[in-house]
Amino acid sequence: MLKKIFLISSILLLFVSCKNKNTEVVAEVVENDTAISELSIYNLPSVWTTQNDTEIELKDLKGDVLVMVMIYTSCKAACPRLVADMRAIEAQIPEAKKDNVKLVLVSIDPETDTPQRLKTFSIENNMESEQWLFLRGSKEDTREFAAVLAVNYKKISPMDFSHSNIISVFDQKGELAQQQEGLGVNNKETVAKIIELAH
Amino acid sequence: MPPLTKFIFLVSFCIGSFGFAQETQMVLVSGGSFVPLYGVDSLTVKVNSFYMDVYPVTNSEYLLFLKKFPKWKRSKIKRLFADKNYLSNWESDDAFGSHLLPNAPATNISWFAAKKYCECQGKRLPTVDEWEYAAMADENLADARKDEAYNQYILGWYETSNSYNKEIGSTFKNYWGVYDLHGLVWEWTIDFNSVLISGESRKDVDKDSNLFCGSAAVGASDLMNYAAFMRYAFRGSMKANYSVKNLGFRCVKDIEN
Repeated sequence: MLKKIFLISSILLLFVSCKNKNTEVVAEVVENDTAISELSIYNLPSVWTTQNDTEIELKDLKGDVLVMVMIYTSCKAACPRLVADMRAIEAQIPEAKKDNVKLVLVSIDPETDTPQRLKTFSIENNMESEQWLFLRGSKEDTREFAAVLAVNYKKISPMDFSHSNIISVFDQKGELAQQQEGLGVNNKETVAKIIELAH
Repeated sequence: MPPLTKFIFLVSFCIGSFGFAQETQMVLVSGGSFVPLYGVDSLTVKVNSFYMDVYPVTNSEYLLFLKKFPKWKRSKIKRLFADKNYLSNWESDDAFGSHLLPNAPATNISWFAAKKYCECQGKRLPTVDEWEYAAMADENLADARKDEAYNQYILGWYETSNSYNKEIGSTFKNYWGVYDLHGLVWEWTIDFNSVLISGESRKDVDKDSNLFCGSAAVGASDLMNYAAFMRYAFRGSMKANYSVKNLGFRCVKDIEN
């Protein structure tokens, strides 16, 4: 992030010294593009690993509507239903809008959920298309991200966690737009929000 | 996060900061096992030895932090990281004002800010288990939870208002040498959001006073559980950007091998 700021300020400096109208406009666009709103989750500097073993920051997802849920792959109780809820939501997004939507599953058990394991989970659950993104981060960053989503969780045994079941929708700027809490709840509002936001 | 990225991240947020504050006194809390009073489960929890700040972080210490890291000032902080009550009791961005004591615990601070403060000192916030473990102690015993006077003291404090503006060190020094775990302010823990017992109550709270409502605990079997229930329920009702007037924090540190 620092690097980016540095880069932008050097670009700006360059433009200022050039005093060329056209380039100034470009600089402005660059600036707007990087401005992150106060409530945006893109303020979080955490780095995550995907099911494809690539590293991303949340702000790399900027511009997409995000549907996010926290799960762990060894979960036998609530998670399969949460996953089913996510798939039910995905199924209702019109094809034309799907490119603008990412369905993100964040692991609350990063020690167990390696990228390989997330990959396997995605294959087993038919979540292989580009809309599906699985993330794992450090224990601390996971705790922080859960705090932002207001998801509470606790490890209750070596194998199990208890956790709140919340599906959150974020707009293209990374601001929370809608949350549904509970299992198998009516997803009408969630779907409506996604369709309203996506274009 | 890979170590290098983490390092760069820490450096970028805490440049030149380690030990920015005056040396805060810490004491060793020797590890052990205990059964948390009122958790999600009643399993025995093992706590490793750790160092704990002797006192909660004070207004003057927090001011020093803000001077070093202006983006955490009241007018600069992002709403994602702190609600509008953040430092709302302060006179301005750069002064807590004469109505607050320099040596009183810093309050109206969000979890993000408390976490950052500790990270920038090379420390961290305690876990719920660590905090509860250290706070079982009275002056003489590592675990005084069965002592009636100890429980009366804690509950007596829960009924006292405005204790947040008392000087640090004005309560008792516990078995480990830690002051003020009970008696001045409630304190943030790193995994406050591991409490699930009050999942519903957090939906309908919007005022400080509501956050302290312990009415659901009236049926709790004894005073000991009642006091602990209050703390767990309080944690369960919090969100990470909430800033509350009687919620402060202190830091802990792992023992390096």
